[in-house]
Amino acid sequence: MKFPVEITVNGVKRRSEVEPRLLLVHYLRDVLEITGTHVGCETGICGACTVHLDDEAVKSCMVLAVQADGCSVTTVEGLASDGTLDDVQQGFWEEHGLQCGYCTPGLLMSAHDLLRKSPNPSAEEIRRAINGNLCRCTGYQTIVHSIQNAAQKMRAKKPAAAKQVQPAKLRTSKRKREQRRPATV
Amino acid sequence: MFPANFNYVRPNNIREAVQFLNEHKDDAKVLAGGQSLIPMMKLRLAAPEFLVDIGRLPELKEIDLDDAVLTIGSLIRHADIETADLIARACPLLAETAAEIGDAQVRNRGTIGGSLAHADPSADLPATMLVLDARFSVAGPDGRRIIMAEDFFTDVMTTALRPNEILVSIEIPKMSRRTGCAYVKMHQQASGFAIVGVASLITLGRNGRAEDVRVGINGVSGVPYRAHAVEESLRGKPVDERNIAEAAALAAQGVEPLSDIHASSEYRREMATVYARRSLQRAAQRASAPQRH
Amino acid sequence: MAQIKQTIKPNGKYMGRRIMRKEDPRLLSGKGAYVDDIHLPNTAHVAFLRSEHANARITKLDISRARALAGVIQIVTGADLRGVVENIPPMGVLPDLFVPQHPVLATDRVRYVGEPIAAVLAENPYIAQDALELIHVEYDPLPVVVEMEKAIEPGSPLVHEQSKSNVAGTFKLDSGDIERAFRKADRIVTGRFVNQRVAPMPMEARAVQADYQAGEKMLTVWSATQIPHLLRSSLSRLLKVPENRLRVIAPDVGGAFGGKLNVYREEVLLPLLAMRLGRPVKWIETRRENMRAMIHGRDQINYVELAVTKDGRMLGLKCRTLADIGAYPQMLTAAIPTLTAIMATGCYKIPALSFELTDVFTNKMATDAYRGAGRPEATYLIERIVDMAAAELKMDPAEIRSRNFLKSSEFPFTTPSGLIYDSGNYKTCMDKALDLAGYNKLRQQQERARKQGRLMGIGLSTYVEICAMGPATSDPPGGGWESATVRIEPSGKVTVLSGASPHGQGEETTYAQIAADQLSVPFDDVTVIHGDTASVPPGVGTFGSRNTAVGGTAVYMSAQKIRTKMEAIAANLLEINPKNIVLRDGTLQSKLNPKKSVSVREVARAAYTAKKLPPGMEPGLSETSFFSPKNYTFPFGTHVCVVEVERETGEVKIIKYVAMDDCGKVINPMTVEGQVQGGIAQGLGQALYEEIIYDDNGQLVTGSLMDYAFPKATQLPEYICDRTETPTTSNPLGVKGVGEAGTIGATPALVNAVVDALAPYGIQHLDMPLKPEKVWRTIEEKPEAR
Repeated sequence: MKFPVEITVNGVKRRSEVEPRLLLVHYLRDVLEITGTHVGCETGICGACTVHLDDEAVKSCMVLAVQADGCSVTTVEGLASDGTLDDVQQGFWEEHGLQCGYCTPGLLMSAHDLLRKSPNPSAEEIRRAINGNLCRCTGYQTIVHSIQNAAQKMRAKKPAAAKQVQPAKLRTSKRKREQRRPATV
Repeated sequence: MFPANFNYVRPNNIREAVQFLNEHKDDAKVLAGGQSLIPMMKLRLAAPEFLVDIGRLPELKEIDLDDAVLTIGSLIRHADIETADLIARACPLLAETAAEIGDAQVRNRGTIGGSLAHADPSADLPATMLVLDARFSVAGPDGRRIIMAEDFFTDVMTTALRPNEILVSIEIPKMSRRTGCAYVKMHQQASGFAIVGVASLITLGRNGRAEDVRVGINGVSGVPYRAHAVEESLRGKPVDERNIAEAAALAAQGVEPLSDIHASSEYRREMATVYARRSLQRAAQRASAPQRH
Repeated sequence: MAQIKQTIKPNGKYMGRRIMRKEDPRLLSGKGAYVDDIHLPNTAHVAFLRSEHANARITKLDISRARALAGVIQIVTGADLRGVVENIPPMGVLPDLFVPQHPVLATDRVRYVGEPIAAVLAENPYIAQDALELIHVEYDPLPVVVEMEKAIEPGSPLVHEQSKSNVAGTFKLDSGDIERAFRKADRIVTGRFVNQRVAPMPMEARAVQADYQAGEKMLTVWSATQIPHLLRSSLSRLLKVPENRLRVIAPDVGGAFGGKLNVYREEVLLPLLAMRLGRPVKWIETRRENMRAMIHGRDQINYVELAVTKDGRMLGLKCRTLADIGAYPQMLTAAIPTLTAIMATGCYKIPALSFELTDVFTNKMATDAYRGAGRPEATYLIERIVDMAAAELKMDPAEIRSRNFLKSSEFPFTTPSGLIYDSGNYKTCMDKALDLAGYNKLRQQQERARKQGRLMGIGLSTYVEICAMGPATSDPPGGGWESATVRIEPSGKVTVLSGASPHGQGEETTYAQIAADQLSVPFDDVTVIHGDTASVPPGVGTFGSRNTAVGGTAVYMSAQKIRTKMEAIAANLLEINPKNIVLRDGTLQSKLNPKKSVSVREVARAAYTAKKLPPGMEPGLSETSFFSPKNYTFPFGTHVCVVEVERETGEVKIIKYVAMDDCGKVINPMTVEGQVQGGIAQGLGQALYEEIIYDDNGQLVTGSLMDYAFPKATQLPEYICDRTETPTTSNPLGVKGVGEAGTIGATPALVNAVVDALAPYGIQHLDMPLKPEKVWRTIEEKPEAR
């Protein structure tokens, strides 16, 4: 049994028929051949497969492609275009935040998620935010520095955005009347 | 790494979902955020014939607060609970607990209902649910029913949910004034799950003594439990260091703690005491502080 | 933000400087190409059926149901390989090593959990996994050998019935008058240290793809390997395909740490399947497979005795070591623990050494090289026993080290094991580390903490390691040579082709730094190519901290040759004496009249147009060199670790970590810093968290990352790093290598710190990993704690 899905990947609408059991990471890598997102473990611990699903970091090995139907997905390939690097990628380059590079795409996506929610994170906050991303090469310190470097670059560009944003897109109410979140979360 | 084949169903509403579950019962499994189920399917520890994806049902994504109850839809994600202002104000213990779950990516995807229905003995939310006297609103073929948190967790990864039922929402009664709560946890170093997780709640009376004490413990036993001995010991007493320590010493009383490569039964028992003490101390501080936590 | 202070002067325009890496832009934008990223049309996907038993006879293997599944192309079992390829022999052996048959697929017997039995080829990996579940295997379980101390007891079940015992092989090292040393000693300090089994755990597990182009009779193998050339030679021998029809490509490789320094069963089978099937085949290892069937590291028990005088002078060291090598020796399995033996005396002048090594078979996956490979074990045993001696003599750990260090004037120094330490400055390095850590202040803080009942500990580790593997003539063999071709293209751009195979270390950058400086061209004009046996010159591989010292020197030598040739061409063009030519700022100019000059680009063009070359000179600007070092290098350093132990939980918190390393001259301080920090992380991982555990039935209990504690960001500290610089005499660059230093220095520093913290309880030793429960229990068991 195949299931039709329509997923916007890096801004491009893609339509496919997939087996329901197909994991999002395999959909990206093997169906669309967008291979920047990696697989590092089987148990949802390593975060090498981290992508953005509707703008939030998730592990694409723990999401079925059918669950992403109608959603937008951003992978590392979608961060910058035309051979340029964005601030986070640049930060990693400058601070030696990678060695073998295998965990890096996932870390970049987690870093973006963090910096959107917290533009000026402390080292401790960064470490906590990347606890779902394992790296065997760096020992993490240069990654922490990379994210701080990126945060600085981003703040310098957008001083207005430097104030804390409310991360959850929840609409809540103190009244008894029902308030609904958008159906596609 | 590769789940077995299954049939995928995406019902349009709770009624359809329940109807489908009622037809297929144990052959079907409910998929919410998938952060517990999908890993098990990848290891083929779970291979349901039907997967019922309720992840898009809007009626499960509501969050409401009235004068008496905070109602949280079962699809509300840990990340939302961790960061939503409303929850921080109404039930900071829940936010503190959610922040301890998994990692950022898992919290972005995992749901409160999914985690509770999975009932992993080392998960973080159950103890907090016990302490908050949460009520689980459940939809089944015969309509809605309420399961009290204390009755919900029946065994290791087993709940009072029937195969044809869906957890719809969690209702948390409003806390009294002069109440402080805390959730503290010792992490299993690899998985991040709780070796011991202790949620506690202390309400102080006008005399400064503990009027209400509730302690819930994860990770120690196959089923999360209320540590009644601890509660009774501290109730009616001033929440000083000595009384708290005395009470906390009873944290694993009557429990045969789990034992695995990460922590022996004996160690879990000892850590239950240590973490119960820490949790109670923090709760007591917060109860005494002018700003309620 | 960089923690390495650039106190040391760079030695070139590019060399010695912090230069951002060439490999990064592609890796940062998702354009790296790891094996699984290379998609060939019509690929068949392979999955392995692996043994669920640690020791058993296979009594039945029924593939019929699996074979019948739609989408399954073929299933291959051990029986299909009879007479085709039956045995993968190891390379590193001991004289008396019992070498068992090491089949590609098990036939009638399995000896560890995870041993491959059958390979399924299917249209996609999901179907391959479905098919595995339909294969029916019946086992007749046999008694299991798990613990090495029990394995060598008489009457133990045997892993290999053809051998007399589970002793796989032995190695002995005697030097000086050990008995006299022990007679003369005031104290004899003894310890039994377990260096537990851990997993290398690169983020990319193993991955192999193979394709046979029948027309060209060319077999191409992509493998996540550290050793494309050695793999090619092995495959050529085993599959009987000539080397010039075999192309091995190590594309981007997602870390290895020794785990990919091997020739694995799966790597041998995949090319064979590609040839048989006439389709590309691919196997991407899952993490759980990786934990069962990629080599593990360490797994030694060291029984150590140190003879010391009452003023702390070390007279002799005795060590008996058991090394658990698993069921089948892999490539260097048997040889790795010999590195422990030859490095056991560390930085100290110990006149007598007796080392007895026994390699032991067990029903487990093989051990082999894991970052440090034998040296972390050596450093651990000597640094632990030295600390125990200091404690016994009530001497400061820094003081006892100081008294026994080799002096810088004593180099080159021949050690009891016959190695020749090239250069060292141990005392200076330690003093600088202690200064940076604020050692004296820390001791005062510790005193105050103890008075308050807090458990604070300070741990030192002073290490020397053996790197730049290594002389071709040495015993055990050290890896030998490395080669490089440097080519200035007609446009003046430079291509470096290296036989080495970096996989994260950054040699695309450091080799370019070397070439750019030697050829006086812009760094951006240099491209480094590696990892494809069809396009690069011969090579050995990347391991043993040899890339820069051996491979980098080959680049340097080739660049020198080109430089000489350019000078000759330039002199001819300028009509002056080549002796008067100097290469500076991209031009070759007359020393006497700098206005007389030609650019490197003009010389390159002249070299290829070949119209105005000196008489007899060949056209082109391409040179290849092989560098075969005469000696190893011996980097060293001091690590200082400060911890606080939580009494009631046993949790260890690192409050400060200082690393002072000396890896000789440095090409890129940034990548050196990266290597040191990553190494420390792995060393601390072993000390605190990581452990491969097999239960009594030989089942792998820590079989996924849910149970094997791979260190996370919140579990590791900030590192404060600095260096001293003592060049080696073993190569012209003066570089020693740094890939393994952190791992070697870190484990004893951490354990020494924790033991120091627990000294008030009279605790003398704890075995790694120092998990909270273990620390808590050790304290609880002491009467002082009650």
